[in-house]
Amino acid sequence: MKRPLSALSMALLLTACGGDGEPTQAHGPDPKLPAPERGLLPSMKIAEPVAWDDQTPTVPKGYRISAIATDLKIPRQTLVLPNGDILVAEGRGGNAAKLKPKDVIASQIKAKGNTQVKGGNRLTLLRDADGDGTYEMQRVFAEHLNAPYGLALADGKLYVANQDALVRFDYQDDQTQASGPPVKVADLPAEINHHWTKSLAVSPDGRYLYVGIGSNSNITERGMEAEVDRARVWQVDTVTGAHRPYATGLRNPTALAIQPGSGQLWAVVNERDELGPDLVPDYLTSVREGAFYGWPYSYWGQHVDERVRPQNPERVNAAVKPDYSLGSHVAALGLDFSNAAMGEAFAEGAFVGEHGSWNRSKPVGYKVVFVPFREGSPAGEPVDFATGFLSEDGKTRGRPVGVTVDPKGALIIADDLSNTIWRVTRSQ
Amino acid sequence: MTNITLTRRPPGPLHATLLAGSVPLFLGALLCDIAYYQSYQIQWSNFAAWLIAGALLSSGLALLFALAVLIRATRKAGGTTLYVGLLLATWLLGLVNAFEHAKDAWAVMPIGLVLSVAATVLAMAATWAGLTRLQTEVAA
Repeated sequence: MKRPLSALSMALLLTACGGDGEPTQAHGPDPKLPAPERGLLPSMKIAEPVAWDDQTPTVPKGYRISAIATDLKIPRQTLVLPNGDILVAEGRGGNAAKLKPKDVIASQIKAKGNTQVKGGNRLTLLRDADGDGTYEMQRVFAEHLNAPYGLALADGKLYVANQDALVRFDYQDDQTQASGPPVKVADLPAEINHHWTKSLAVSPDGRYLYVGIGSNSNITERGMEAEVDRARVWQVDTVTGAHRPYATGLRNPTALAIQPGSGQLWAVVNERDELGPDLVPDYLTSVREGAFYGWPYSYWGQHVDERVRPQNPERVNAAVKPDYSLGSHVAALGLDFSNAAMGEAFAEGAFVGEHGSWNRSKPVGYKVVFVPFREGSPAGEPVDFATGFLSEDGKTRGRPVGVTVDPKGALIIADDLSNTIWRVTRSQ
Repeated sequence: MTNITLTRRPPGPLHATLLAGSVPLFLGALLCDIAYYQSYQIQWSNFAAWLIAGALLSSGLALLFALAVLIRATRKAGGTTLYVGLLLATWLLGLVNAFEHAKDAWAVMPIGLVLSVAATVLAMAATWAGLTRLQTEVAA
């Protein structure tokens, strides 16, 4: 009877083999990548949610933070309108079937780290009419949408990326409610929707929309056929609705933003899991037209992912490296460029909202960071801008998603665990 | 004082069904693994994962019956111990194989296939031992 018992203890040892990972993750343009590793079970660490009560996230000296809207129905991305009103997209999408016993078990564990509220499938408008920093009006702008996520405004049209279609509303200044049901601009890939969020940005001339479409799996475990038209950014003509792939091989481009000045499209992208605590880095990158960023065949350039069959050496060779590592598993879901009104230390660069990890024994992310830029490119380590979402005793008070810079000098943060909108302003 | 002797007696119908049922489940998983190995079609790997889960349920319940027989026996007969040992080894190997099959896409290979071969062979051996070597105490 000795032998089977030692087999059991071996299994338990293998389980623990995932490793904790480096305490400080590699950031920047050239992160050191360890060899892939995975124990018998993936490392899963879901921080238990607790309420904020009277606490708030921690922001740098000279800044203050306050909740400007609460009790929302899963806020994801926000948009600051020309008159200062804030639109909030609320919802939860995805209809991926559970294909393996693993899917049944893993989804229950992951759900422990999310809100129990039902997604609103709506847009909520927040207004601070007297400019005192209190958003006294909170009303539904539009409802009966299908897991809305990406938001953009151009030429009097409000564009909303639902999980299955790009739609638009007519928008006039100071409007507090949509004047009618939305008009469809284009259908979006919606089969399975393993990664359902459709991120959105509009070109500076208002002619094209860019739509981020996530992959239909972690790493092709739902079959290659499920990945048609996935893991890419589409360019959509705002007039005709015609689309073409703008860049491909981007596993899950969860937020898009246009860089002021250059007009260049940037994205934050969530990379693949289950290769170890320090693989694969999620990244911030300029999105080069026509470029292929590796998924699924390789990561960070030419690092081949052995989990993909058939392999494709040609595509691996063609893969370009992204610009800037944010660290593995941080789950970057928000991106916006800063401006001078945010204060000298945070004037040039991009804010990134990090939802936080599940596939790591020591959680990472769960904060908003600022990536400093110089001469149009990332320069230096990311700086913490809003922290405290993960408490010191390992509980989760909130999870940041979308970040939006208010031109007047404020950062709007959507928190989809506590269903709150946070606003960070300068206090001096 | 009654005289206790050991007698070979096949397991009861439910015990035997659960035990023998694990063989085609493990074998099915093995065949699905081979199909995935040759075709790269992920659905075969999904089938394999569920068949292994079924085999674990079936052999796990059979293991409970087998342990009950073992625990109730005052004298541990060699045949029974062999059977329980083989079945326990089958179940543990099947559990490791289930975890292996929870990896994504080709990460299952080639260890998943090797473990499916081993689990199938062990399940057959455990079933053979259970159906032919199980010994029960009877009062003579």
